[in-house]
Amino acid sequence: MSAPSSSRRRFVRNAAGTTAFFLLGGQEFPIPALAAAPAPAAPPEFFSAEEFRFLQAACDCIYPDDSFGPGASALGVPSFIDRQMQTPYGRGELWYMSGPFQNGPANLGYQLPLAPQALYRQGIESANHYARTERGKDFASLPPEIRTELLTAFEGGAVHFAAFNARLFFEQLRRNTLEGVFADPIHGGNLHMQGWMLLGFPGARADFMDWVNQEGQAYPFEPVSIDPQKA
Amino acid sequence: MTSKRTDVVIIGAGWAGAILAKEMREAGRRVIMLERGPERKTAVEGTYPGSIDELRGAIRHRLFQNPAKTTVTIRNTVNQTALPYRQLAAFLPGEGVGGAGLHWSGVHFRAAPDDLRLRSHVIERYGAKFIPDTMNLQDYGVTYEELEPFFDKAEKVFGTSGDAYKVNGEIVGNGNIYAPSRSDHFPLPAMQDVYTASLFRRAAGDAGYHPYALPAANASRQYTNTYGLQMGPCNFCGYCSGYDCYMYSKASPNINILPALRNDADFTLITDAHVLRVNLDSDRRKATGVTYLDQKENREETIEADLVILAAFQFHNVHLMLLSGIGTPYDPVSNTGVVGRNFVYQTITTSRAWLSEKQYTNQFVGAGGAGVAIDDFNSDNFDHGPLGFIGGSPVWVNQAGVKPIAAAMTGGGKSAPRWGAGYKAGLVDTYRHSMAMDAHGSNMAYRDVYLDLDPTWKDSYGQPLLRMTFTWKENDIRMNQYVVGKIEPIMKALGARRYELGRLEHGEAFDTRKYQTTHLGGGAVMGTSPKDSALNRYLQSWDVSNVFVIGSNAFPQGMGYNPTGTVAALAYWAAHHIRAHYLAQPGPLVSL
Ligand SMILES: Cc1cc2nc3c(=O)[nH]c(=O)nc-3n(C[C@H](O)[C@H](O)[C@H](O)COP(=O)(O)OP(=O)(O)OC[C@H]3O[C@@H](n4cnc5c(N)ncnc54)[C@H](O)[C@@H]3O)c2cc1C
Ligand code: SF4
Repeated sequence: MSAPSSSRRRFVRNAAGTTAFFLLGGQEFPIPALAAAPAPAAPPEFFSAEEFRFLQAACDCIYPDDSFGPGASALGVPSFIDRQMQTPYGRGELWYMSGPFQNGPANLGYQLPLAPQALYRQGIESANHYARTERGKDFASLPPEIRTELLTAFEGGAVHFAAFNARLFFEQLRRNTLEGVFADPIHGGNLHMQGWMLLGFPGARADFMDWVNQEGQAYPFEPVSIDPQKA
Repeated sequence: MTSKRTDVVIIGAGWAGAILAKEMREAGRRVIMLERGPERKTAVEGTYPGSIDELRGAIRHRLFQNPAKTTVTIRNTVNQTALPYRQLAAFLPGEGVGGAGLHWSGVHFRAAPDDLRLRSHVIERYGAKFIPDTMNLQDYGVTYEELEPFFDKAEKVFGTSGDAYKVNGEIVGNGNIYAPSRSDHFPLPAMQDVYTASLFRRAAGDAGYHPYALPAANASRQYTNTYGLQMGPCNFCGYCSGYDCYMYSKASPNINILPALRNDADFTLITDAHVLRVNLDSDRRKATGVTYLDQKENREETIEADLVILAAFQFHNVHLMLLSGIGTPYDPVSNTGVVGRNFVYQTITTSRAWLSEKQYTNQFVGAGGAGVAIDDFNSDNFDHGPLGFIGGSPVWVNQAGVKPIAAAMTGGGKSAPRWGAGYKAGLVDTYRHSMAMDAHGSNMAYRDVYLDLDPTWKDSYGQPLLRMTFTWKENDIRMNQYVVGKIEPIMKALGARRYELGRLEHGEAFDTRKYQTTHLGGGAVMGTSPKDSALNRYLQSWDVSNVFVIGSNAFPQGMGYNPTGTVAALAYWAAHHIRAHYLAQPGPLVSL
């Protein structure tokens, strides 16, 4: 699909470290050219190095580096997911986790006894196992096209991991990846608000008194984070 | 276990509970209000910028009920095993002071007159045969004319912005031509149309429909309400739905009612107090009070009271009635019993127009209650005779402020990749240049759609979960498809580059995984006969006369409009009759 808006906004990606321009509605906003600079790789606290390698590879398939800008790992998404694992959400404390656990039709929702932490542990292990069996290597050691092929198979629902359908793991991964790209940078992803810049979302500005109706003009201001220090 | 005494005990600190608390204090009664969630004050946790964090807010459910402690089970049909609703998605109940009234959007409607007496109306216009056998179509037992003063009262408390059409029978403005006459204008002028709403207004007009500004409990100006409490003008920040308004512009119990009670020595609000049951006397005709779990101390407490008000939200009210033995549980086989009967919801489908690349729709700008709607296909505003279904939908642009994570989950529409190559292109185009419109419709009541107690799963207090048996039915699917078909001319008039029409499909089962609305209704409905209603027309239990049950549980069927304006009016209506008649002479307000 061609992107109609990409013609009016683009990152001028020169050598790393020079200035890029964010073109929007005919106006130019210089932004630091961090598009090409990878996120500082904080060592994971929940995931093992091996698991983290999987996450980096998988998140980048879901949200790749392309002409629109950097991919998920350059935005810090794997670290975001690592941090999320250590929250009440990651521990499954926001889900009803009482038994008995019984399978049912998909439209009645999630029915596994696994919190996100366990879903990731088992999902990554199973995905790597599948990759080795089908393609002879760990997921992260395969070329990007093959990784995408595997994720497509997981999404399709025909692959069964030891404890659950691979689709379930894929959907968890997709959801958390996109959360990491677009959540406020205070949570560790969306480095330098590049997820928001892509969309033209102004972040925590939250005051549009003058912008209720500007007859279709693009909103001209750059985003701000809840905590500018961390953005 | 300790025991306290009071005049009135109220379960739940949402709109329904706050209204009843204020009214009972005005009547001089001592009130204890029990809320199972935490205290929530806008000045503390609702401040900028911490409160507008999408991840913590709408995504991780900062203000919603945590299902870890208690949830419901859901199945589509009676022969299925219902399974726990383990992750909140389809609907998002509130928890904590303010209830869902703290994180609602603010679309503030009055029920349409025909909808309040839908059974009678359908029979008068189309004949009794028009009603399918399996549909439990009923009247509320109260008319628009009777409720009008209370709709008016609620709007003046909420600081509602809107355009009137008819006041005291005279056409006065540019409002909804299908709306009934009002005794007064809205307290505030309508909210300004955001760009997409202005486009919709023009296109809908060009298509021959009758657009109007949504009535919004978002303040278009500075406002001081009936209780002397103040609201500031809304700045269209876009953080209504799922958030607390840091601008004090969206009506909430926390801003518009509770501050008038907090310094009152005869009003006590106890938070983290999970009510386990209403206690009844031995012949189950009178409530003696309630038992709750003090979750801070992990201790059971009892409160004795003359009057017990259930205001815990629609399905929690039904759950408490079933757990306490108030009224006869519904039996779908014999279609007898009333508690759990007529469980209803709302149909909603979203359609989308992609505009030209020169038009930036700035979807992050918006207010939860604001927008432009048409009512040409709502209620009985069109001839159902040749169509053979009952019900309708308003159609609107209600751009409440689209956040990036939410947008990313939907991506670029049905035909666009969900991830990987091509995903960003579709997402960017959709976020920057598209606009959404909803058909937000009615949902009728059916014999085999109901609430009861689950036989297997329990909450963390050891009590059975509530079980929902619910799916979409042909009548409502056909209604939705008909109305969505009427959106097409609007798409054409908009000059959309492309568009997608969202509609319910034949045979489609209710899906618990995707958000629809939190407009659940029925289950303990009001009416004129104890055979088919749990409550009389004053929302008083037919069986236990010192119990009143306030909420959308009282709706016999789901209407096209959002519920809260009607919930608030019913709350004031019930309170009025409690004050005018019940308190002087406790007992049934309707004798059989
Ligand atoms: C995101 C969202 C947007 C919405 N937007 C709109 C809108 O635009 N327009 C509209 O009309 N409606 C809207 N609604 C619906 C609206 O929020 C509800 O109709 C309304 O708030 C219901 O008020 P209530 O007082 O009946 O219940 P609630 O506000 O739910 O209050 C009930 C309270 O009771 C407490 N409680 C429950 N059980 C117990 C117990 N056992 N013991 C003690 N306390 C208990 C709960 O914790 C809760 O705080 C929206 C809802 C959501 C979630
Ligand atoms: S849009 Fe308006 S009413 Fe809604 S949260 Fe923002 S300021 Fe408050």
